Order: sequence, then structure tokens, then C-alpha cells
Amino acid sequence: MYRFRELTKASKKDVEGKEYRIAVLGNVATQFLSQAIGGYAHLCGMNLKVFDADYDQIDAQLLDPSSETYGYAPDYILLYLATDRIYEEFMKSDPSLRASFADEMIGKLKRYWDLIEAHCGARILQMGFTSINDAAFGSYGLRTAEAFAYQMKKLDWLLSREAGERKGVYPVDILSVQQEIGTEKFFDPVLYYNAKVNIALDSMGYVAKKVFDVIDSLQGHAKKCVILDLDNTLWGGVIGDDGLSGIEIGELGRGHAYADLQLWLKSLKQRGILLAICSKNEEDTAKEPFISHEEMVLKLSDIAIFVANWQDKASNIRYIQQTLNIGMDSMVFIDDNPFERELVRSMIPEICVPELPSDPACYLGYLQGLNLFETASYSSEDADRTGMYQAEAKRRESEAAFASLDDYLISLEMEGEALPFDEMHYPRIAQLTQRSNQFNLRTVRYTEEDIARIASDEGYVTLYYTLKDKFGDHGLVSVVILKKESDNVFFVDTWLMSCRVLKRGMEEFIINHLVSAAGKNGAKTLKAEYIPTKKNKMVEHIYEQMGFDSAGDNKYSLNVDDFRELKTYIKG
Amino acid sequence: MDRDEVMEKVCEIARDIFDDDELELNDDTIAADVDGWDSLTHLSLMNEIENEFEIKFEMKEVQGLSNVGELVDVILERIS
Repeated sequence: MYRFRELTKASKKDVEGKEYRIAVLGNVATQFLSQAIGGYAHLCGMNLKVFDADYDQIDAQLLDPSSETYGYAPDYILLYLATDRIYEEFMKSDPSLRASFADEMIGKLKRYWDLIEAHCGARILQMGFTSINDAAFGSYGLRTAEAFAYQMKKLDWLLSREAGERKGVYPVDILSVQQEIGTEKFFDPVLYYNAKVNIALDSMGYVAKKVFDVIDSLQGHAKKCVILDLDNTLWGGVIGDDGLSGIEIGELGRGHAYADLQLWLKSLKQRGILLAICSKNEEDTAKEPFISHEEMVLKLSDIAIFVANWQDKASNIRYIQQTLNIGMDSMVFIDDNPFERELVRSMIPEICVPELPSDPACYLGYLQGLNLFETASYSSEDADRTGMYQAEAKRRESEAAFASLDDYLISLEMEGEALPFDEMHYPRIAQLTQRSNQFNLRTVRYTEEDIARIASDEGYVTLYYTLKDKFGDHGLVSVVILKKESDNVFFVDTWLMSCRVLKRGMEEFIINHLVSAAGKNGAKTLKAEYIPTKKNKMVEHIYEQMGFDSAGDNKYSLNVDDFRELKTYIKG
Repeated sequence: MDRDEVMEKVCEIARDIFDDDELELNDDTIAADVDGWDSLTHLSLMNEIENEFEIKFEMKEVQGLSNVGELVDVILERIS
């Protein structure tokens, strides 16, 4: 982890790129934390500016509509109520009121959230609570409502519940930092009593990372796929040498460590992370444990793509990346072999390749400690992502059997549907705006709140598109937001599409539909824009291909009445 | 490590913290003599010294020392 000096130095350096702003408000002295967050973001290449509200200014800053915090127009507000101060408040409180302490405290937080929502558009990063053992009741405190231990457990739970009810509140799990590095390292009593800073300077980097990870995920950066080696990574031993009965996996002995690692990977898969296999093995041999070993946790159905051959791993990873069609920087490669790790790192610098401890017993804890799978959203569609990619593999197989692309597309029996944004789909729509990078014309990121606001605003026409075919349902694959610039001029504020459905005629289906929808809403002219990013070059010329006229400078327009329907095999 | 060596190490750390390669400290130097030596950078300086010498200052030492000479004396006492 970065040392505090490195962070303060980095906090003073300028970083290129789009500027983001965060305001830090705490009930302790937060200047060091602010420096650390700014420094950490700079070291990660984000141009993050930080406003520090100074010691214990939360109420003053949030209650005053003309406060510096609101004037700063932050993208994020970090609210940090340190448990050390909460604890002092608890001890000063009337003992007869302590049984409702957590309720009072969550009420206070909700008032802060309301104030922020009323006065600015910042997303709220709500720092969670560290743990203090006050020892006033001993273990009995856990069953005593008047005890601090009891009230803090309750507060943790209330925070989870209430944050889950809000669209714009994102907890930051500071407790996991305390657990990871230990209280002795986390908390420096000399610093606390001298300066009211409750995080040791040498631990600031860990907390800054936790905060940054949440910001980064809200910025649309998320890991989407884990590529796994097999021998001595997913099980102990070498399947080709040791055979099915010789590998270590399952409850017995060392196999337990591998089984737990697999359970964790399976839970990643269940929340929407794709798992891929990349192994130097004969394919049949490599698949055997997945099919026949009773104690294997992962089954073939958990794996989105399985590559076992004798080619070098960098080439195989490129193949996996192309097949899944997701960014290389959204992939993680896990392999016990330092040589393979180094090879992949040097050939593919964008991919994340964690070092692994030498002892397999430590793999899981180490990987969890890296906090690689931060996310800003979760929807039920995530859970079935693996199934979607497997259906895609079947499509690819069938594609090869047709003489022409048209024959193939006809054979898919595709059906598309267009609907205005509805509440049930707000999370998924917001998630797509946050995560889509390649087929995304303007890369505007929206939160669930933003989406809800736009959906109910008369100044917009909102559409989402679904696609299904005979192999399965792709679900919600595209999002369009039309902004009414005037009664008859609409602007395509957002058009993004999942790359899974490229080159199926979905682009044409969407344009056909959206031009007609715009026309029905009174539009005579559709304006559009392409904003280039590092990742969206694939749609550089899409508007021209769809029949729009270039107006120069990546801007386009289309006369609605002159539009001629584009060819597509997707039925509405 | 003798007193001069400790003083030199403290100077090195201070130059880094206060961003001043020319900075010289002596026994009589006080915070007010040094540009940028405020209550925040002071804590950062003390933290760096703790890490460098692998010692831990007590509460009264972090705020209570009157000049660099006293600081060096405390460090010497701890590492001996």
C-alpha cells in the first residue's frame, strides 16, 4: 500500500483528464484523509479534486444552502462519522435513551442524505462504521439493548437497510479495512488524542483505496470476467498426471482450501461475473473433473468459455476476450504459476494479474483483500449472464452452418421489443449507462436517480430495447434517451447497446423504431452526436451508416420525413 | 547512531516533508522558523520519524517538544 507521504505528494500533483470533485465531511479531523483520497485517485490516474470541510462541520455545511460544500458542486460527498466520536456521544447520552441510540443515529444520517439530495446532485458515499469494543458489559453487551456493542451492530444493519432503499447512497466498507489490517495498525491513539484523527497515517492509504474503489465503480469501471488456470489453482495437483482420484478438491485435507476458493468463484458467477478457463491441458482431461468429480464445486455450466490446449496463455486470453467481447481491462487472470503470470502481464498490460501467495491456503484471503469486484449496482439480470454467453457460443456454432449471413440471421427468428423506461428496469438501465464503453455514442453515465428523473420528465423520450431469438433471451440490450431540444427537434442524448448483439440487425431495428417514435412525438429533425473515447471507436461512423447526415465535428442530423427504413430481420 | 547522524536523518525527512532541499535544522530550530511547518505537517513529520527510527512517540512528545534539539534527544533516548 502507498505510504502516507507518497499520497500527500501525489495529492499536490496535477492529473490530466475529466475533473471529478469530492467533498469530505466528517465528525473528526479529515484533512489527512482528504489528502490521501486525492493522492490515491491521482496515482490511479483520476483527476479528482477534493474539498475538505475541516473538523466537525457536517451540520453547518449541510444545513446552509449557500455553504462551501454545495458551492463546490461536488460529484460525490463523503460522509464520515467516525465510531470513536459516536462512542463518545453514546457515553454522554442519558442511559435511559441508549436503547434507541442506533435509531436516533440512522435518523440523523437520513436527514443528512435528505439535505444533500435537496441541495445538490452529488452521490453520497456513506462511510460505514469501524468497530470499538467498549467492554462495558463484556460479551453480555451483545444481548443488551443498552450496550454500545448492541447498538452499533444494529446501526450497521440499519445503514445497510436504509442505503439499500436509496438510489444515491453508496456505503464505503471501512470496517473491512479495520478487519484486514487490524485495529492496532488502523487506530493510533496518540494521533487521535492529539489531532482528532482516528485513522493512523500509515493506514490512510487503505481507507483511501476503499473510497476510491467505490468512486471508480460508479465511474463505470468494473471487472466482468475471471480467467482461471486449473492445475494447482482450482485444485491441488495436476489432472493429467494425478488423475481424477489424485487431485485435491473437496472437504478432505488440503482440498478444502481449493473448495472454498471455488465456492467464492461460484458466488462471483452468481452475481454476474463471468468465469473462463484457460489451461494448458488436453481439453477432455481438463473437463473431466468438472463433469465427473463429485466434490468439484464449479461445473461446466458455471463456465462461460472453456479453453484448454497447448498454446501460450496470452493468445488464449485474447481469444477469450474476443469471444466474450468485453474490455481487456475488465478481466482478471488467476494462475499459480509465476511464469505464466509474468508472460500474460508482459503480453497484455491491460489485464489484471494478481500475484498469488505461494501457499494455496492463502489464495482466497489474498484475492478478497484486493477488492477487485467493487460494483455500483446489482440487478437480477446479472445472475444469468453466464447463460447468455453460453447461448452465444451455441449461436456461433450454428452460424458456421449457414451459407450466408442473411440465412443465418433469418434462422435466428429474432424478435425485438421497444418500451419506455419503467421503474422495474431503472437499475439495469442505469447500470448499462455506467458500464457500456464500446457501443456507447456519448458515454454519459447516469445513476438510478437520474434515470428515474429523466423517465418522468416530459422533455425526454426514453426507450429501452430487448431482443430474443430461438437460442434464448438477450434481455435488455439497448438504451436510448431522446432529449427534446424544441417541439420538433430531438437530440439523441444517449444511445448505447450491448456488444453481445452486434451485427444482428439490432442497430437498424433500433434506428427504424426510434425515428418512428420521434416522429410520433412530433420530431421533424433528429440530432445526434458521437463523443470519442478510448473505447468507442467501433461506433465512430454508425450514424452515417444508419443514414444520418454529417454536420461536421462528430455531429449528425436526420430529417425524419425523409428517413427510409433500414433492412433488418428482427421482427417488432 | 550518534547525535549528528540522528540530526542529519531528521533533516533529510524534514526536507522531504517541507519540500525544501536546502533546509537546515539545528538544535534551536523551532516550527515557526520553517516554511510550511504547521500542525498538520508536524504530525506527518513525526509519523515519518517514527517510521524511520522504528519508534513511537508518546502523546506529550508529539505536541510538547520545544525545539529540534529536544526532538533529537527524544529519538536518541528511544533508539539507545
